Amino acid sequence: MKKLILTTAAVALTAGMALADGHAKTVRMGTEGAYPPYNFINDAGEVDGFERELGDELCARAELTCEWVTNEWDSIIPNLVSGNYDTIIAGMSITDERDEVIDFTQNYTLPDPSAYLVLSADVDLAGGVIAAQTNTIQAAFIANTGATLVEFATPEETIAAVKNGEADAVLADKAFLTPIAADDPDLMFLEQEELIGGGIGMGLRESDGELRGKFDAAIQSMKDDGSLNALLTKWEIGGAF
Amino acid sequence: MACYLTTGKHMSIYTSVFTVLLLLAITAPVALAFGFGGATAARSPLAPLRWFGKSYIAIVRGVPDIAFFLFFVIALDQGIEYLRHKALCRDWSEPIRQGNDFVVCQAAKMPLGDAPQWVHESYGFALAVLTFAIVFGAFAANVLFGAMRAVPRAQLETAEAYGMSPRQTFWRVLVPQMWVYALPGLSNLWMVLIKATPLLFLLGVEDIVYWARELGGTKTSRFTDYPHGDWRMWYFLALLVFYLIFTRISEIVLDRVMQRLTRGQATAGGEAQRKALA
Amino acid sequence: MSCLETIQAYGLRAVGIGERLLPREDFTLCQQFTLIGSGMIWNIYFGLVALTFGFFLATALAVGKASPNRMLRKPAEWFIFIFRGSPLFIQFFFGYFLFLSLKGVHPFFDAFTAAWLGALIVLFLNTAAYSGEIFYGALLSIPKGDTEAADAYGMTGWPRFRRVIWPTMLRLAWPAYTNEAIFLFHATALVFFSGFPAWQQRGDALYYANYFADKTFNPFVPYPILAMYFIILTLIVVGIFGMVNARLNRHLPQNVQKKLRIRPNLIR
Repeated sequence: MKKLILTTAAVALTAGMALADGHAKTVRMGTEGAYPPYNFINDAGEVDGFERELGDELCARAELTCEWVTNEWDSIIPNLVSGNYDTIIAGMSITDERDEVIDFTQNYTLPDPSAYLVLSADVDLAGGVIAAQTNTIQAAFIANTGATLVEFATPEETIAAVKNGEADAVLADKAFLTPIAADDPDLMFLEQEELIGGGIGMGLRESDGELRGKFDAAIQSMKDDGSLNALLTKWEIGGAF
Repeated sequence: MACYLTTGKHMSIYTSVFTVLLLLAITAPVALAFGFGGATAARSPLAPLRWFGKSYIAIVRGVPDIAFFLFFVIALDQGIEYLRHKALCRDWSEPIRQGNDFVVCQAAKMPLGDAPQWVHESYGFALAVLTFAIVFGAFAANVLFGAMRAVPRAQLETAEAYGMSPRQTFWRVLVPQMWVYALPGLSNLWMVLIKATPLLFLLGVEDIVYWARELGGTKTSRFTDYPHGDWRMWYFLALLVFYLIFTRISEIVLDRVMQRLTRGQATAGGEAQRKALA
Repeated sequence: MSCLETIQAYGLRAVGIGERLLPREDFTLCQQFTLIGSGMIWNIYFGLVALTFGFFLATALAVGKASPNRMLRKPAEWFIFIFRGSPLFIQFFFGYFLFLSLKGVHPFFDAFTAAWLGALIVLFLNTAAYSGEIFYGALLSIPKGDTEAADAYGMTGWPRFRRVIWPTMLRLAWPAYTNEAIFLFHATALVFFSGFPAWQQRGDALYYANYFADKTFNPFVPYPILAMYFIILTLIVVGIFGMVNARLNRHLPQNVQKKLRIRPNLIR
């Protein structure tokens, strides 16, 4: 098997040789494209949302050419460290675990509370069944409480689980749940909210200090002139700097 | 309604149908080549080559394709970049593994950092084809290995009696005759391959299932002109019909091929055809 | 925590026995091996039970498809076509959806939305369809001499099927059926990945491998561990099926079997 890989590599090698050392590098922005309002695919089939606008503005300020790439959430960090794109800008909360593997810029949102979406207000949060997406900070949080955790592969299914009675409540980022609750008269929020994650930042490779510096400065300049706050308000993401 | 079905996003799902068909069209011959190589290696008189062929078949067949896809593409990509790095940047002093990071020089990047998006996409597609081919090549190797053994011994002895060298016996007698024994296994494999395409999204290729899930999911009025509830069922139903039709067509075509291959072969089917003609 | 303690705490975690919380630091090799191995309990359970029950339905389907009676043949043909013609992933989706709706109709269906029953039924139907097609192919290639001999002995109906047709069908179908069993065990990895929800972090091997890959951000450790477990499982399946195969073929002359084995070395 090794041998087969070798030969293909050799073919690719000769093909790419002529192109080596081209002009200024394009920064590839990795996102998920399935997490409104942060990032999603719009009707035209392009990446859209708060982070699209933010990212384009940051690139303009840092004088970089940027390009948008979508990647599955599960493998978004391995693909970054392996060099398939240069940044993660995908509503990723800054956590200690992640910080050990990649670097973050300063946060561009304040910590967003996680909220419970329910069908009726008398849900027993301590002993009930609570849905969350597999491998999220919310899932880890519920595993810690006495409640019964039920995990679904996609956020879509967690909401469906509450609607059809499989789960009593779903715990997820409030900014993600808000438009869903607004559209569906059956669903409502609980008073109680949980502060689990930190703010959201852009993820970069640890070896990419220079690029991180550029984006950090750009975020700072957007914070200073208030344009970041304007974006946060436009996309209805809580908390202004 | 017509507007809804022709949004840019829906265009993406239509394109992805062709992506899937293209992938199948390329993967099938490549996997067959891998399978042929694997089967030939597994019956080689040279012990190391034989072990290599046999372990390739045993290992890849033993692992669920889904588990393989989850890490293999990244490994393949890193392997290619590592080799390019070794070849192109000899004076590079920094280590390639910096903590968790995998860092190679700019010239070794695959594709190059300044390449347009379509190059990245075709590269991802090529990696997906290669991964699929390696996995299904192992199954094909197993089938072909069995088929080579199924060719009647008498046929080979006759070839030897005519003074053919082992190489000639292999290419002129064994290979042309083995297909008829391999076809049932290979067509079964083709059906499995069709049904493995929903795993493409694991390999970073946006396939029909990815778009069906994306389009069918609940859409709130804030982010689209066409808000709707959970429509995944309808999209998946469309996919179901697509796969069923595709399977049916494959069955019909493969039946024809089988008819054609049986002609003049030393099998019961071939005998029946001869009798029908006579 | 020593490795032995880890095994005590997490060895049966997949079925809900042991430590309630999954490990959240260190992520040692021992932890990964133990938890992923514990998840294999589910893969083996799904594979084994679906295969056992699927075997009987498959025989019925094969006989149905080969039947001259239209009323029997058509349903069997359609069942096999639909389950063989669509990806398992879509079958899981519709299965879960169907069980959810049934649950709304009658509380009897409560258990069906849980993976242990719901996913099992989908896998059972799926493998029955694939094996049914294999058995059907074998039925068609039963040597005419065998059935003629049965007729000559005056066998009819059930004894004829039970003592002549069925054993020969199994013998002919066995190599392909072995492949199907391997595919089925591999397919069990899809249950929690894209089909059914995982309750209280009790999942199969892939679920835990995914958990570790997510926590350590390093896919190169947990997935190869998972692969290793599956290779072992596959070898066991091949071994057991090989033993059954030897038993099915035991009446054949020994030198015929041996000749088959030596053959590859002679050619070329």
